[in-house]
Amino acid sequence: MSQAIERARTYLKPLKKLPTVWCGGCGLGVVMGSLTRVISGMGIEKNKMATISGIGCTGRLPTYIDTNSLHTTHGRALGFATGVKLANPELTVVTVMGDGDSVAIGGNHFIHACRRNIDITAIVVNNCIYGMTGGQYSPTTPHGKRGTTAPYGNVEYEFNIVSLAAGAGATFVARTTVYHVRELDKLIERAIRHRGFSVVEVVSNCYTSYGRLNKFSGPVDMFKWMKESAVTVKQASDMSPDELVGKLVRGIHVEKDQPEFIDVYDKLARDLTADSSTVNQKLRETIESYERLGDRLKARIG
Amino acid sequence: MSGNNERPIWVLQGNEACSVGAVAAGVNFFAGYPITPSSEVAEFMARHLPLIGGRFIQMEDEIASMAAIIGASLAGARSMTATSGPGFSLMQENLGLACLAEIPCVILNVQRAGPSTGLPTQPAQGDVMQTRWGTHGDHAIIALAPATVLECIELTACCVSLSEEFRTPVVLLLDEVIGHMRESVAIPAPGSYKVRSRPLPSDDEEDYQPFCCRCNDVPPMAHFGGPHRFHVTGLTHDERGFPTMVPAEVDKKIRGIVDKIELKADDLAMNEETMTDDCEVLLFAYGSSARVAKASVKDLRERGVKAGLLRVKTIWPFSGKRLKELAPQLRTIIVPEMNLGQLVTEVERAVAGVAPVRHLGRVDGHLFEPDQITDFVLEEIAS
Repeated sequence: MSQAIERARTYLKPLKKLPTVWCGGCGLGVVMGSLTRVISGMGIEKNKMATISGIGCTGRLPTYIDTNSLHTTHGRALGFATGVKLANPELTVVTVMGDGDSVAIGGNHFIHACRRNIDITAIVVNNCIYGMTGGQYSPTTPHGKRGTTAPYGNVEYEFNIVSLAAGAGATFVARTTVYHVRELDKLIERAIRHRGFSVVEVVSNCYTSYGRLNKFSGPVDMFKWMKESAVTVKQASDMSPDELVGKLVRGIHVEKDQPEFIDVYDKLARDLTADSSTVNQKLRETIESYERLGDRLKARIG
Repeated sequence: MSGNNERPIWVLQGNEACSVGAVAAGVNFFAGYPITPSSEVAEFMARHLPLIGGRFIQMEDEIASMAAIIGASLAGARSMTATSGPGFSLMQENLGLACLAEIPCVILNVQRAGPSTGLPTQPAQGDVMQTRWGTHGDHAIIALAPATVLECIELTACCVSLSEEFRTPVVLLLDEVIGHMRESVAIPAPGSYKVRSRPLPSDDEEDYQPFCCRCNDVPPMAHFGGPHRFHVTGLTHDERGFPTMVPAEVDKKIRGIVDKIELKADDLAMNEETMTDDCEVLLFAYGSSARVAKASVKDLRERGVKAGLLRVKTIWPFSGKRLKELAPQLRTIIVPEMNLGQLVTEVERAVAGVAPVRHLGRVDGHLFEPDQITDFVLEEIAS
């Protein structure tokens, strides 16, 4: 075990980047610990991986992970990740985003990445609040809960990220919490190994903003909430909708085989170019159409 | 087909020509979102990239398109997108990231009349200042403007080369007229254009620092998946790429990305001059307006007015060198633009009152006519 931890530690950048910017007790440390254990355990070569994020507390995570790392603009991590993956499909590409990052400002990119089924893993750390900006309500703040911009309780209703991803066509969708660490390791590994777009929603604790505004006395109180409100997918299957209100259904929600985007694209390209005469024919056709116009023009102007 | 010694003649649309130029310059990744009047570029790339080992993707919007070309470039591709006004507005945020993080990529902006949805199928030159200042914060940008279909090939290739050489986004600023116009083009021989590659670190370089300019202005750039791994952020960063708020480091970074381009403005200047040797009235123009201005110069000469044309192909960084040289001999400088006064402010700044500068603006969605420019010049010199 300690060897595994030592190995995981080597996947943190050696420079003086620690401590992190995160509050002590924040679940993001748990997520980062899990990700480093998984990628070191899988033996992923550091140079052959890119960790990509947007903006917010979660956005800082790639700064500490010792792979290629890209900290982008708010909500756009998946757009950048799509370009990185298409230009070099050999890379393992993992994005880490918060709830506001992934399903508010980045919501459009999120659903289209799910639909496209490109081989990228999206870890969505859902703490139900905008933490870095000081506690404004997010698309996953539950109805009635408070944020600094929902001082009397949230008027809106929240997104269910798992349902959103599944509905948009993601081929691997899972959820767990930062309390269920072993499950988190397992799910992140399954997600990275999955060939296609994979989503792991990790329910986390922003006790500094969300907790303070919503009567949690501290990080431990929030971990207790996760422990008590989480039920497995199997348990949930025997529960009524009323019983499921306020529950976090953890485990794998979707896992299916579907051709991956780049695999399909490259097969198409291979088929098109298998017979070099086909390619030449297609290129010739284009060139000839331009030449025909040229000849016609020359004929007209003598 | 032409004879053996001649180059083949093709009839190409400006947008197609840009695509030909891009492929010739080694562009192997394209991400875009449909928008008039630029969509032909995406259609061409979708057809051709899979045939030549590249990849094309249609993203969900222009924000994602810009993100994808930056990501692809970081992973080693030569990448490009094409758009028009509204899409270009959406790209500004990530364009700024490419400037700050020094990531080469090419953006074709086929200008249409704005603001907002404006006139989707009509030309304008209203994005000149947006190209320069559209993304927030201090930065520099390179932007070129073709006036012919052949130049669409040449300058697109040039954009690719400059983006690689300077590790920066480069904008090709054409307009609807140039994008949709068809002209016959003698196709340049393969290898006619020297396309530079980004400066690379050596594979065995120890302690690679992705934003450290040693003896050059442009730091060597590794790529994701290569022998060096590195961190890239849109936060202001130090030479290793990590966020910094140390005033001296921040100052150095921002001045660095500006100076590497602005200090080369005179070297990057590409002009075409028509009858400027003895001219007393100088027309200063670019893009499709310059084609009309050229016709007007001929008219004016026939009427005995010593007119000349300075057409700039390099819009940004703006070089005032040639204007300063010509200014003492000039009675007036006329700047026709399909906007209400954008690049003219740079002209005024360059000549600094040595010659009077007059702007002729047009924003009705139509190209100038030679008579309009000629009449304006005649009125100006009469007054």
